[in-house]
Amino acid sequence: MSHTPAPVLHLEQVYKSYGETAVLRGIDLKVFQGDAVFLIGPSGGGKSTLLRCINFLEYPDAGTITALGEKLCSQNRAHFEIAPEKTLRHARARMPMVFQQFNLFSHQTVLENVMEGLVTVKKIPKREATVLARTALDRVHMLQKQNNYPDQLSGGQKQRVAIARALAMDPPVILFDEPTSALDPELVSGVQAIIQDLSSQGLTLLVVTHDPAFVQSTAHTVCFCGDGYILESGTVNEIYGNPRTERVRKFIQSSGAHLS
Amino acid sequence: MSVFWSEVQEYFPFLLTGAEVTLELSLISMVGGMVLGFLTAIGRLSKNRFIRWPLEAYVEIWRDTPLIVQLLLIYFSLPEFGIVLSGFWAGVLGLTLNLSAYLSEVYRAAIIAVDPGQKAAAISLGMSPLQVYRRLIIPQAFVACLPTQGGYFIALLKDCSLVSFISVNELLRHATIVISNTFDSMNTYLMVAVIYFCMSFTSARCVGWLERTLTPARRKKTAIKPIMSELVEEDNA
Repeated sequence: MSHTPAPVLHLEQVYKSYGETAVLRGIDLKVFQGDAVFLIGPSGGGKSTLLRCINFLEYPDAGTITALGEKLCSQNRAHFEIAPEKTLRHARARMPMVFQQFNLFSHQTVLENVMEGLVTVKKIPKREATVLARTALDRVHMLQKQNNYPDQLSGGQKQRVAIARALAMDPPVILFDEPTSALDPELVSGVQAIIQDLSSQGLTLLVVTHDPAFVQSTAHTVCFCGDGYILESGTVNEIYGNPRTERVRKFIQSSGAHLS
Repeated sequence: MSVFWSEVQEYFPFLLTGAEVTLELSLISMVGGMVLGFLTAIGRLSKNRFIRWPLEAYVEIWRDTPLIVQLLLIYFSLPEFGIVLSGFWAGVLGLTLNLSAYLSEVYRAAIIAVDPGQKAAAISLGMSPLQVYRRLIIPQAFVACLPTQGGYFIALLKDCSLVSFISVNELLRHATIVISNTFDSMNTYLMVAVIYFCMSFTSARCVGWLERTLTPARRKKTAIKPIMSELVEEDNA
């Protein structure tokens, strides 16, 4: 008997197109508990769309997605079914997303931003939520800014608050959509260090990024997305050191991240 | 001048009772217009075209006909259908419907303008569409449309004078009564203008105060500065 645990996230033949353009053309992906899966690849390859489909910010057109033990959509021959809104919402709250543009609620303070999901979605009483939110802010070293508004913060600080907002939900999985792409170079490493910490604390991460150094320092598994497929996946050494396909080799070389 | 002051003393209180009716009219219509306007805006954002289309028609018709015609129609035609409204309530109905058509567009624009990224963030935390509205869209849209809304309130206050045509004893109609006694149109209308100005000015200040109170302090400081510095840099280049 095999003792392979069930994956936290399981995608089978997921399709998504916008009008005539097919963005995802049959994605298969398994993410296991504690894994740090990094999606890399050229722009327009479907990485962000894939992330948004897992979170159901975009609805896939076909395929089966199982997340945290729940079927969010399923394909049975020609029949495609999406789970009820309520199931999707429940799943979203357990795998929140961190965005490239931070997307903090601009009318709320830092503390209120982090409390929002706890109070509104998880229905935790305000006093308790305040404590949890402060703990989450402390984990990203932003407690001292709890009473500031988002537009008083730098990009790096905003992203740390956004991570705290996701973290406060106490989720098993966090999705990161290019979390450092909108940051000034000197702010990148601080945010990356926090994400790395989360991974070493056992959180399951799914990260889209264009930063090879970040992938090499943090990823457990690297998946190369291109033309709507996952063309190759493996460890950092496998993908960066010894890519199997020409396509991936060219991409790795052009991004100057080849491991020799 | 002395004639003016004696007239002010004699008729000013009477004009003020008219102003009171004007204020009542505009306050009730404002609240009605806000509620109806908001519902119309939500309806117009619906995916269901059978909700959207009638509301689009409603907004168009009400914006493309003069308020005075609407008031006269309501006051004189509704009784034909067995609905008899007093001048005051006919006025409230007309002003409410008219204002709601305009405000619905203001609200709709403000709702659409809420940052889609923030909406996505709210959804990705597991919020329901209703929660996204209640916690994110309405608080932001409400503050965003306050100045425009304030402008409509002041316009409404002055549009109330049209209700004198359907024999509501508001400020302008009281003025007409005063003039028929004194034949002094100039001083009477002057008083009317002063009263209107005071009411409008006060409400404009109130809206301004509300706006400042509800907008977190940061906006005033940060909203303009970056643009200014960009301009300066461009100048230097």
